[in-house]
Amino acid sequence: MSQLKEISGKNIAVNEEGYLTDFSQWDKSIAEALAKEANLELSPRHWDVISYLQSEHQKEVALNIRKVGNSGVVSIKEFYTLFPQGPLKTATKIAGIPKPASCI
Amino acid sequence: MNEYNGEVKKMMIILSKATLENVYAAFILANGARAEGIEAEMFFTFFGLEAVHNKKLEHLHVATVGNPAMHIPTLLGGIPGMESLATSMMKKEMEKIDIPPVHEFLDILSASGVKLWACKLAMDMFHYKKEDLYEGMDDVLTVGGFYDRAKGLGTHLLFI
Repeated sequence: MSQLKEISGKNIAVNEEGYLTDFSQWDKSIAEALAKEANLELSPRHWDVISYLQSEHQKEVALNIRKVGNSGVVSIKEFYTLFPQGPLKTATKIAGIPKPASCI
Repeated sequence: MNEYNGEVKKMMIILSKATLENVYAAFILANGARAEGIEAEMFFTFFGLEAVHNKKLEHLHVATVGNPAMHIPTLLGGIPGMESLATSMMKKEMEKIDIPPVHEFLDILSASGVKLWACKLAMDMFHYKKEDLYEGMDDVLTVGGFYDRAKGLGTHLLFI
């Protein structure tokens, strides 16, 4: 079920956990606003990870921490440093893509 | 001050067995905690130490005897090679769903900030040295030391 939430001055469709349900509504200001909610300021390294996650999602790859660690984009250690409170769930939310359902 | 809402903040997982299914259950729970932003620490005791012993960690097996869920009759389960066969079949299935081998999984846990402790008493009993264990171990710890680290609201202890 989608609901509308005001993010960065726009009405955005999100699910009950606050993940965007329509990626076409995503833009950089949305990402910045969602990062702020997670107490994060986005650095160029954060953006590298966000772009990587979005392109994997576009290719319909099921994301998990092992894949991210083997991507060559970011190590698992750095991933946790960039997004300390649950990296995959935080980073995917900021990237405007669904929360991965993997247990790994 | 905010009232504690019952949220899980830290998982302290004690692994006392080295059958593959138990080791993976413990690893997946620890990794899953970190993925949710929950702190996680693991205490390897008794046979659980084999999961972090350099010479043994890639040779762990599933139990084919005394494990009714495997649906292998106990007498057949005891035939030489049966455990290896069942283990290699299970490992293949796990690789398909991206569950890493034991050493790689330990690397992931360590990089994710899971603290890895070896039980002092079990180390003494098996005559293991710190050098025998996975290089990412945080230290050797007494039971008291482990409990001490469990302080604070929202900590849960789990024995496997």
